[in-house]
Amino acid sequence: MTQPGTTGLIFNEPELWDKSREGRCGISIPRSDVPRADLDPALTGDAPELPQLSELDVVRHFIRLSQWNFCIDSGMYPLGSCTMKYNPKTNEVQAARKGFAAAHPLAGDQFSQGALKLMYELEQLLGEITGFPAVTLQPAAGAHGEFTGMLMIHAWHAKQGRQRSKILVPDTAHGTNPASASLCGYKSVNIKSGPKGVLEPATVAEAMDEDTAGIMITNPNTLGLFEDNIKEVCDIVHAKGGLVYGDGANMNAVMGIIKPGELGIDVLHLNLHKTFSTPHGGGGPGSGPVAVVKDLIPFLPVPRVQKENDTYSFITNCPDSIGRMHTFYGHFGIMVRAFAYILSMGGDGLKRASQLAVLNANYIKESLKTTLDLPYDRPCMHECVFTDKSVQEYHISTMDMAKRLLDYGFHPPTVYFPLVVDAAFMVEPTETESKDDIDQFIEAVKAIVKEAASNPEKLKSAPYLPKVTRLDEVAAARKPCLKG
Amino acid sequence: MKSIEELSFPSDVKYTDDHEWAKVEGDLVRVGISDYAQDQLGEIVFVEMPEIGDTFAQGDEFGSVESVKAVSEIFLPIAGEIVEVNSELEDAPELVNTDCYNKGWLVKIKPDDLSEMDNLKDQAAYLEMLKG
Amino acid sequence: MRYLPHTRQDIDQMLAVTGHADLNQLFETIPDSAKTKTGLNLPDALSEWDLNAEMDKLASQNAACRSYTCLMGAGSYDHHIPAIVPYLVSRSEFMTAYTPYQPEVSQGTLQGIYEFQTMVTALLGMDIATASHYDGGTALAECALIALRKSKSANKIAVSNLIHPSHRHIMKTYLGPSGYEMVDIPADKNGLTDLVALKSMDDIAGVAVQSPNFFGNIEDLGSFKACADEKNCLLITSFTEALAHGLLKSPGRFGADLVAGEGQSLGMTKSFGGPGLGILAGTQSMMRNLPGRFVGKTVDSKGRRGYVLTLATREQHIRREKASSNICSNNGLNAMTAAIYMAAAGKNGIREIARLNHDKAVYLKNMLVGAGLHSVYSGAFFNEFVLKAPAGFANKRREIAEKYNLFAGVPLEPFYPDMADHYLFCATETVSRQAMDLLAKEVKA
Repeated sequence: MTQPGTTGLIFNEPELWDKSREGRCGISIPRSDVPRADLDPALTGDAPELPQLSELDVVRHFIRLSQWNFCIDSGMYPLGSCTMKYNPKTNEVQAARKGFAAAHPLAGDQFSQGALKLMYELEQLLGEITGFPAVTLQPAAGAHGEFTGMLMIHAWHAKQGRQRSKILVPDTAHGTNPASASLCGYKSVNIKSGPKGVLEPATVAEAMDEDTAGIMITNPNTLGLFEDNIKEVCDIVHAKGGLVYGDGANMNAVMGIIKPGELGIDVLHLNLHKTFSTPHGGGGPGSGPVAVVKDLIPFLPVPRVQKENDTYSFITNCPDSIGRMHTFYGHFGIMVRAFAYILSMGGDGLKRASQLAVLNANYIKESLKTTLDLPYDRPCMHECVFTDKSVQEYHISTMDMAKRLLDYGFHPPTVYFPLVVDAAFMVEPTETESKDDIDQFIEAVKAIVKEAASNPEKLKSAPYLPKVTRLDEVAAARKPCLKG
Repeated sequence: MKSIEELSFPSDVKYTDDHEWAKVEGDLVRVGISDYAQDQLGEIVFVEMPEIGDTFAQGDEFGSVESVKAVSEIFLPIAGEIVEVNSELEDAPELVNTDCYNKGWLVKIKPDDLSEMDNLKDQAAYLEMLKG
Repeated sequence: MRYLPHTRQDIDQMLAVTGHADLNQLFETIPDSAKTKTGLNLPDALSEWDLNAEMDKLASQNAACRSYTCLMGAGSYDHHIPAIVPYLVSRSEFMTAYTPYQPEVSQGTLQGIYEFQTMVTALLGMDIATASHYDGGTALAECALIALRKSKSANKIAVSNLIHPSHRHIMKTYLGPSGYEMVDIPADKNGLTDLVALKSMDDIAGVAVQSPNFFGNIEDLGSFKACADEKNCLLITSFTEALAHGLLKSPGRFGADLVAGEGQSLGMTKSFGGPGLGILAGTQSMMRNLPGRFVGKTVDSKGRRGYVLTLATREQHIRREKASSNICSNNGLNAMTAAIYMAAAGKNGIREIARLNHDKAVYLKNMLVGAGLHSVYSGAFFNEFVLKAPAGFANKRREIAEKYNLFAGVPLEPFYPDMADHYLFCATETVSRQAMDLLAKEVKA
């Protein structure tokens, strides 16, 4: 089987301002049908020094730039914890509909029934999928959702007439977890996972006290393992008056199989740009809805969407609300895409997606466990974690293997996360990758491990095929050059 | 990363458990991080320094050392007031990698109580800790 | 289902390797007590064609589905978007790419964002800009936190009452658990932030002012800088209409320390309020205090120009609980959108379009004042202004919307309860003279 990566003609392209020529313009200036109105010269500045380019200059520039990028549409991204599944194109068609794209957020409820209905129904769908009675769509990304959830926990405690100072955070947690907790003034207490890679109730019970606001749990966790003691852990935290925050980044493993709301989780965020197929865009925009139990509903951000008979409206009269997280209602354009995806998949489709995501990950785990060191040899969920132990004798690292994978036509898996595993190499194929593509990936990893033994130098200087080789990140950090 | 044998640990300084070193120089004490610490961190890109006049107790965090992928807090070996910071590190943080006991020093302090130096490890004790 | 490629044969072959009898067995490590008994009660899956019909129906329940005249601003602006913008941004390589953590195969995204950062500094007259944030309001809240953390003594920040009310609401939400305080700088009778009131405030970590402010009026940022200097605190300026900087003196010229704003006007659709683009810029000395991602220029092992995410040690994935912000995703694709728009418009295009915005707004104001609405403020404005209407205008406004799909201003009462019958009008380059004349005629009637 030939590997996907190959050579090809791409183009060099300078920075925009190097192509700039005095007098060029790439935009159509609208005709003026009103008199010129002058502004006080004291308030007027010089025209900003933006480059001057023709339309073709701009098109060619960005088309050439695009050719230097790897993307889901060209190849597989087995990035653990990122759920890089296929981004359906019909979702783009839906988001581009004039009624949605041109909608002004302050047009008034009467003139925005389509948008309001979509938001209301999406809240219902996400609530059903996760097992919670209420959802807010306002947070603009996963980390933003975490902050929202933690603010609600903080507000709930304040309403009880107390404030606690600590929050329990497992050692497998994503960095955004303790960072979000810090923003609420909580001190993170590190909880070590047990030898099986999951939380042990005894460890949690030891740390949980009446000065602890709660715990932040990811399930399945970042090792790709189901937190089997989750119900007990939730009970322990609740018994001491704490709340359980659920990081739903890994929801892709369990749709239709578990509902976080049934396990004792009080507040959960989702990543629409992971589980629900909205595009990553090279770093956003994403969307991080938050689902809550009944007791936390009063604290949800405003405005909330309300349905009365067949009419939808925004309500702002929520005295216990934490406030506002976004200027308007959240990333509506992303909501449209996720909504279209859920409607396209249906309940059976989503469950199927989770089953196949888990099948794909287990298949890779079994196929590579004799090639790469597998620290937790147990059934995994939608992702599995390896280390570089098996190639260390050749002085090859996870980083070297990752860079060499690029030459084979694959984006590397997540590397050096989670921190509990040394030199982690975390693989999440998602359900949209076929057996054929996964077999190619497995073959590539095996070939690279062979190369590590026979020709380690080759890996150390990889990659060779992309437009640039390894970049000097040290220089970039010592003498930052952040603009041209 | 190097093995312990390949690193250097001069005998004329004292060491902390967190891999800082301290050296008495007249009325002042000069502070830095050990060869082991800089080797573990990798190529250093930035050193976050305290301000002159800041005071700290023994073991207080007084700054941090950053590589591309990691940040390490640094803790003051003995209590004192910062009287000088190594301004060369602003343009050349790599001095901490290449010459951690001399040109790569971090701060000079006016110590509160020189006897606190007795709490620190000498060369032999520090080596033993590293090997253990 | 077309997104799921597995055939029966694929599944059987794979299960043979994993050692499970069927797909359900893959979940045997999950205790039965944890598994859901309720299943997913969702509508049946729709074909692409039925989905189109459903979504078409929903979209048509928004007034924006038909051609409409938008004279509303207040943080979301109607601007012409050149065809090349959605065309280029919809490239798979930009849209379906991941965050550029593996720079060798992400140079397209990285150079694009580097160019975005550069053009933002040119637009705002500042030294550095981040790779973007969620929106103007959250970027502003981050700036407030920077100022408050930097200050050794003050735990208060002075915030103009004429900053977009939702931006102030976000700031209040963000500051909630921290114990930091927001002190309101009221508006004066000219619809500008009251400098005199600010002068009497002490122990503040920073001053935050929006220009053009929520009422559309242009603030005297020079005086605010002087005041901030006297009080030895930071000046934070903000904006909701990025195009204003095509015409007005930049915040950098006035010595702003931090600038936060909304970039939606730079090529993004309004999309019912999101996703937009949070812009954050600062002076050189603020570099390590700014949250979020940065793209930096460097070289590869062969000395060729390249770009990487840099200064990542400030971020959550390294600092964890000590990170200054928890931000992970930015609004990457929208930053690319803004870069493409700014490249296409260029120095002269952005100037022309900004001037046209101002011309249209001045014309609209004159027409409406001529039709019987009252001018409230007399100072300079960019493309938004406040008018007071006679009682009953609310009904007329709704009728005009229903009849002509023309949206005449945003009512201010929900934002400022003592401003009943006041409306915030906006005219951009998209509004025709015809439409403005029509509105004036209807208002007069």
